[in-house]
Amino acid sequence: MVSSTQSFTFNAENLARAEKIIAKYPAGRQASAVIPLLDYAQRQNNNWLTQAAMDTVAKMLSMPPIRVYEVASFYTMFNLKPVGENFVQVCTTTPCWLRGSDGIVSSCKKKLGIGMGETTADGKFTLVEVECLGACVNAPMVQINDDYYEDLTPELMDKMLDDLKAGKKLAEGSQTGRRGSCAQNGPTSLTEKAKTNA
Amino acid sequence: MLEDKDRIFTNLYGFEDWKLPAARRRGVWEGTADIIKKGQPWVVEETKNSGLRGRGGAGFPTGMKWSFMPKPSDKPHYLIVNADESEPGTCKDRDILRYDPHRLLEGCLLGAFAINAHAVYIYIRGEFYNEASNMQVAIDEAYAYGLLGKNAAGSGWDCDVYLHRGAGAYVCGEETALMESLEGKKGQPRNKPPFPAGAGLYSCPTTINNVETIAAVPEILKRGATWFASFGRPKNSGTKLFCISGHVNQPCNVEEAMSIPMRELIEKHAGGIRGGWDNLLAVIPGGSSTPILPKEVCDTVLMDFDALRDVKSGLGTAGLIVMDKSTDVIYAIARISHFYKHESCGQCTPCREGVAWIWRVMMRMVKGNATVEEIDQLMDVTKEIEGHTICAFGDGAVWPVQGLIRHFKPQMIERIEQYRKQAKAA
Repeated sequence: MVSSTQSFTFNAENLARAEKIIAKYPAGRQASAVIPLLDYAQRQNNNWLTQAAMDTVAKMLSMPPIRVYEVASFYTMFNLKPVGENFVQVCTTTPCWLRGSDGIVSSCKKKLGIGMGETTADGKFTLVEVECLGACVNAPMVQINDDYYEDLTPELMDKMLDDLKAGKKLAEGSQTGRRGSCAQNGPTSLTEKAKTNA
Repeated sequence: MLEDKDRIFTNLYGFEDWKLPAARRRGVWEGTADIIKKGQPWVVEETKNSGLRGRGGAGFPTGMKWSFMPKPSDKPHYLIVNADESEPGTCKDRDILRYDPHRLLEGCLLGAFAINAHAVYIYIRGEFYNEASNMQVAIDEAYAYGLLGKNAAGSGWDCDVYLHRGAGAYVCGEETALMESLEGKKGQPRNKPPFPAGAGLYSCPTTINNVETIAAVPEILKRGATWFASFGRPKNSGTKLFCISGHVNQPCNVEEAMSIPMRELIEKHAGGIRGGWDNLLAVIPGGSSTPILPKEVCDTVLMDFDALRDVKSGLGTAGLIVMDKSTDVIYAIARISHFYKHESCGQCTPCREGVAWIWRVMMRMVKGNATVEEIDQLMDVTKEIEGHTICAFGDGAVWPVQGLIRHFKPQMIERIEQYRKQAKAA
């Protein structure tokens, strides 16, 4: 955890969101909102959490700060140190590995010139290895910030990173034009629906 | 093969829009109030008679689970929908969340009614950001059209549904860890008893059902228990979403009848094994925690709870991870050990220390830098973990290794001998 003397306050938009979130839980159970509030804090702070942000959340939810630190360090999606603008998370769990995630890892390392857990000098990219993201029939895949990019090859990964470096926006989802989890060659079920909506 | 007219998840691939008007055209939210007017006992009984078993992995009969809920008292009852889909090899709930969220919401209302709950929490894994976004839009639509909230869908039942995003922890798929997490704590499982039906979320009576289970309920109640039970073998009834990943020509998700032969499932829907059926090495049949099965078993095994249990594996989440003969099967399982090491919540010593130890030894097994006796020692340690932890995570973490040793011990020994030969030569 990076301690910081800087203070943290939610902006008006996130404060309104936070209030809406807290209202989802019964009175006195406001601690239930800790994960969503930490998520908003992280989004407001370039995708990482400072101690000041955690303390703010603790105060808002009347929780001892240590309970908030515990939550922030338990869940993998909270970053407790700064990360790059593009947070590249490569899944290497068995279903992705079987479909060539090793090649995706090499492509990222080579293209970005960094190792796992590292950030490029310009602060544009952080590369991490993650566990199963639940898109196994579209393996191999990566998550960059909020979006999934699926059905990758090293060549497609290279191109995505080039596009990001050039400041282009990527199209999320399958990179080979597949519709969701439907077979690449077309569906073996729901075929009428496929025809009417082609 | 299952016909399209008998498929529940008619927008599995998102060929149609996911929002309310298109969902209504698929029959979602049609006749919901009529079902509720039949009364709670009917809803629970019909679900029991359908033979629906939980689709999240454990396969517990859904109607029976509902019947464990106590009579109404001053304490509120809760329904939690487990959308923390994280079992490697599994990506079926994701398609319901993003392409058919209203089907899940209709199920939420019916499930809540069945257990006397007026509040439902959908706990979705944090990484499913876009899926959560669709889900929230669907919830807002449902409220705007009176399908949720007071007198939901004109049924006379009040039902609020809240979406809750997690933040990355596989263990939160375990029901008591999920409740801890929903209460704002680390996701560390609770001891049972008390069971959730007695004291669950906020110490109130709670039922936790998987996304696919709840989303299947409306269609089951509309078409009748007999219809659903007509698919699959007795005690294994219904249709089921299968995820077929790994070394197949056409990885995909598909809804099929339960008890379909594994070979038929793979060849009809996933384009067969790369290089043909004879190039198959092994399949993990139901998500990472179910023990691996070698080709000879895959040749004939049926995809249902009982058939897979009989071959010492399980249907689990019905996520098939397929491996052809090019696979280093020892690494494939070692990588699964790494997953469990990473995801252990750290609460129980056998799991926290044991699973990490297993992963380290497994990585030596990958190289062959081990002794043959250590294979037996590895098996012994898995037995020390299995059944000795608060939750089933410990069991799920060691079953893959047990499966490997059961079916691929000769390959592990061969790897060790190869390593020794090379070491001698060098």
